[in-house]
Amino acid sequence: MSLFNVFGIAGSGMSAQSVRLNLTASNLANAESVATRPEDAYRARHPVFQSVLEEEAGASVRTAGVVQSGAESEARYAPGHPMADEKGYVYASNVNAMEEMANMISASRSFQQNVEVMNTSKELLLRTLRLGE
Amino acid sequence: MSDKLFGIHAQALNLRARRAGLLAANLANADTPNYKARDVDFRSVLGAEAGARDVGMQRTHANHAGAGSGVGGFADVTLKYRVPSQPSLDGNTVDEQVEKGEFASNAVRYMASLQFLERRVSGLIRALREE
Repeated sequence: MSLFNVFGIAGSGMSAQSVRLNLTASNLANAESVATRPEDAYRARHPVFQSVLEEEAGASVRTAGVVQSGAESEARYAPGHPMADEKGYVYASNVNAMEEMANMISASRSFQQNVEVMNTSKELLLRTLRLGE
Repeated sequence: MSDKLFGIHAQALNLRARRAGLLAANLANADTPNYKARDVDFRSVLGAEAGARDVGMQRTHANHAGAGSGVGGFADVTLKYRVPSQPSLDGNTVDEQVEKGEFASNAVRYMASLQFLERRVSGLIRALREE
C-alpha cells in the first residue's frame, strides 16, 4: 500500500528540513562569536540534501552532509577586546544574517508542506479504512 | 467478479495512491540539488491497466491467476520528468506550487473514486439484506 510510503517520504523531508533549521539556528546564534585567529572563527554551516531512490516510485530525502561556508571572516578592530590579537583585531564569524533568515523561512515553508502532505494522506487512509461501513 | 463489481475504480484508487507517493517525493525533495521532479501520465497508465484487464489469459482452472488482475508498480517507462517552467541554478526542477496543486487534485480524485466504491458497497449490502 503505497499511501503508507507517503509517511516515510514526507517524514524524511521533515527531518531534512529540521536539520536545516537546526543549522540555521546555530548559525544565527553564533553570528556574533569572535575568535583571535581567522581560521578559528565560526563558519556558517549549511546542509547538503540528497534524494534516496526507493525500490518503487518515490524518492525520500536525506542530509548527505554539512558544509562550512568558505566566505571570508570579517576582521574587526577592537583593541579592548580580551580576544584581540597583537594588532588589535578580532575575527567575527562569516554568517550572513539575511541569508540565514531567508533560509529559515524556506525551511519552515518546506516543513509545513510536508506536514500537509502527511495530513492529507492520513485522511485518505482513514477514509479508505471506513470503506463499506 | 470484483472487477465487474467495482469497475475501474479499484484500479484508479491504487494508481492514485501510488501517484500520491510520487508527488510526496517531489515535495520532500523540493530543496535537493539536481533532483528532477517526476510524475505519471495517469490516463495512459490507467488505460494500460484497463486494457490488460480485458485481454486476460484464458483460465482452465479456478485457482489460476488471471493476467493483469493485480496492479503492479509503475514501469519505468511510464514515469516522466516534469518540464520546469522556471529552471533553477541548482538543477532542481520541483515547482512546489505545481506539485502542491497536483497533490491536492490527486487527493480529491482519490476521494471521488472512494465515494464511488462506497456507494457500490452500500448498494450491494442493501441488495443482500432480506428485509
